[in-house]
Amino acid sequence: MADSSSPAVEAVAVANPPARAMSPARLAGIALALAVALGLPFVVSDFHSFQLTQAIIYAIALLGLNMLTGYNGQISLGHGAFYAIGAYTAAILIDKAGVPYWATLPAAGILCFVVGFLFGLPALRLEGLYLALATLALALVVPQFLRFRPMEGLTNGVQGISLDKPAAPFGLPLTPDQWLYFFALFVAALMFWAGHNMLRGRIGRAMIAIRDHHISAETMGINSALIKSTTFGVSALYTGVAGALSAVVVAFVAPDSFELFLSISLLVGMVIGGLASVSGAIYGGLFVQFVPNIAEEVSKAAPWAIYGVILILFMFFMPAGIAGFVRQIRGWLRKRLAGSPADG
Amino acid sequence: MSMTRRLLCTTGLAAAVALVASPGLAQKKYGPGVTDKEIKIGNTNPYSGPASAYGTIGRTIAAYFEKINAAGGINGRKITFVTLDDGYSPPKTVEQTRKLVEREKVLVIFQGLGTPTNSAIHKYMNSRKVPQLFVATGATKWGQPKKYPWTMGWQPNYQTEGAIYAKYVLQNVKNPKIAVLYQNDDYGKDYLVGLRAGLGAKADSMIAKSLSYEVSSPTVDAQVVQLKNSGANVFLNVTTPKFAVQAIKKAHDLGWKPVHFLNNVSVSVSRVMKPAGYEKSQGIISSAYAKDPTDPQWKNDKEYLEWVAFMKKWYPRGNLNSSFNAYAYAVAKTMEHVLKQAGDNLTRENIMRTAASMKDVRVPMLLPGVMLNTGPGDFRPIEQMQLMRFEGETFKRFGPIIDAGGSS
Repeated sequence: MADSSSPAVEAVAVANPPARAMSPARLAGIALALAVALGLPFVVSDFHSFQLTQAIIYAIALLGLNMLTGYNGQISLGHGAFYAIGAYTAAILIDKAGVPYWATLPAAGILCFVVGFLFGLPALRLEGLYLALATLALALVVPQFLRFRPMEGLTNGVQGISLDKPAAPFGLPLTPDQWLYFFALFVAALMFWAGHNMLRGRIGRAMIAIRDHHISAETMGINSALIKSTTFGVSALYTGVAGALSAVVVAFVAPDSFELFLSISLLVGMVIGGLASVSGAIYGGLFVQFVPNIAEEVSKAAPWAIYGVILILFMFFMPAGIAGFVRQIRGWLRKRLAGSPADG
Repeated sequence: MSMTRRLLCTTGLAAAVALVASPGLAQKKYGPGVTDKEIKIGNTNPYSGPASAYGTIGRTIAAYFEKINAAGGINGRKITFVTLDDGYSPPKTVEQTRKLVEREKVLVIFQGLGTPTNSAIHKYMNSRKVPQLFVATGATKWGQPKKYPWTMGWQPNYQTEGAIYAKYVLQNVKNPKIAVLYQNDDYGKDYLVGLRAGLGAKADSMIAKSLSYEVSSPTVDAQVVQLKNSGANVFLNVTTPKFAVQAIKKAHDLGWKPVHFLNNVSVSVSRVMKPAGYEKSQGIISSAYAKDPTDPQWKNDKEYLEWVAFMKKWYPRGNLNSSFNAYAYAVAKTMEHVLKQAGDNLTRENIMRTAASMKDVRVPMLLPGVMLNTGPGDFRPIEQMQLMRFEGETFKRFGPIIDAGGSS
């Protein structure tokens, strides 16, 4: 990691290995993870496939949030709002317009990009905690807005919208849960690939530079305003697509599905997974999905106290998130495995 | 050797014959979650999150099934009541319900709490053919046996109540001109639908004016003024407590003296009548189907005392002033009744059949005379309510038990 040359990037080099082609070992690791992911639904029950699908969906949303907060340094307490907009876009298109479920994802993504970009423009004036408050307001407004009377023709108000769960196409011998798992996995793979490419490229470096020192970034010719609002848009796009997927998988949306707690959960998932880390989003998704369940298994009386304890333990033992912890272990392993030159 | 073998054969055969012939054994039919010793029941409740005040319902039910188990269970089977937290979040309800149905393999989902949460699993339960019994919500959509044969409500819904007021108006008010104030959401609109249904063909000519308000609005004073000016002599006040207080005060201050109906949602003496002023609340008519545990008239009531004894022994942390706990007790008794009646035929189909064939079933903590009635085409167990009038500092019940059923 001593090979980073750009001064703007150097400051963060520890947290962000600079862009470089993936090593064969890394590629093999990813291939192995994908192979396991592809095999899982045939081993576990439908119910677990459904849970894993939700974890994948959270991972997509977290990657979106991580672009904004982890890579670009803009704190958002309101990503549940984009998740909700994405979910409702999908639900309304399916329910009112009869659009096939897979076609609603791009629509939800584009809409969220526009909303996110527009929200990002005024948010340019807000730094740090003030931006956090503005996004918090967004998270609070959206569920109210969905209940709002003039919107009821579209949103069905508090009753929400019920959807039918799609079956596997082309007569594939898969249960709906297995199929949706693969569908979500496919979408996630696509979005992670695109996200990874963006983050390790010119735009990603610009995002990081703005986060670390926006004045020097601007002197280097980076259009800070454009990058920041575009990041907001792309971040919202990711989260919106995740929301649309969740509407399809859960087959129901209602304002109560998107209360403030969702936004907080996403923030927690991102930090626990690892800030400014693509793989961190996956760990975070698993955390958001499964840790509340584990907490409930431990104590029915005070599950959220247990959740809090787990959270503190994670932060204490893995201050750089799970991704940072994994990175440490990898570095340690590499050192142990004889002085083979660091190639991965 | 051959002797022994023959003996074995004969014994085996005899045993087989006995097995087949024994009527008790032959009748036993079990769905998922049932054995000779156990019946597994699933439930979701908001133990955390914004609606966690309702969580006490799940706890009371759990306590009640513990009590039943301590006394030997139902027909010799212990109840395993698996209740999970959904935080009132529909996606979580879907996940927890699927866990209950697919992992825990419960026989039924009982008393899931909330309208959006139950809506989220409505299709799932019916496509899986798992009973979604006695849901804890007042919405009207739970009583559609044709479309959703696996879902059944319990409490009277808002439409039922609206229809009961309409009945009273038709019988007791000469030349009624009705003014309605309602909250602009499903809850408020359900009352209007019920009122119209109860009035029948004359609805349009009788309803002089109906005005709505938004939950976010600061006051309903302007609406009350307009309603008074419509010349109405009946006022149906479909409001939540905060707005009920405003409407009662305003109507009184304007000197408007209609026959004033206040919906059951706002009959709390401490939260509505007292802040509005007892003198301004006199004569207001409302309705109820269950005993209010804070009402002194039940102080020496046998059912009330039994409930208190149960609470003290099995759920000592529970609040004796909470109507939720009394409600939970009554609804748990209903489930007990269904399981008892179903006997040894504990399939999901038979549970639904049994739940849909309740004839004048009485469970404690309902008002005297209120019975549970269902049929293959009637999935609304409680459709009876009694009117009550505010006199002095409490509501006094009057008139017969009114049945708004049959039409549904």
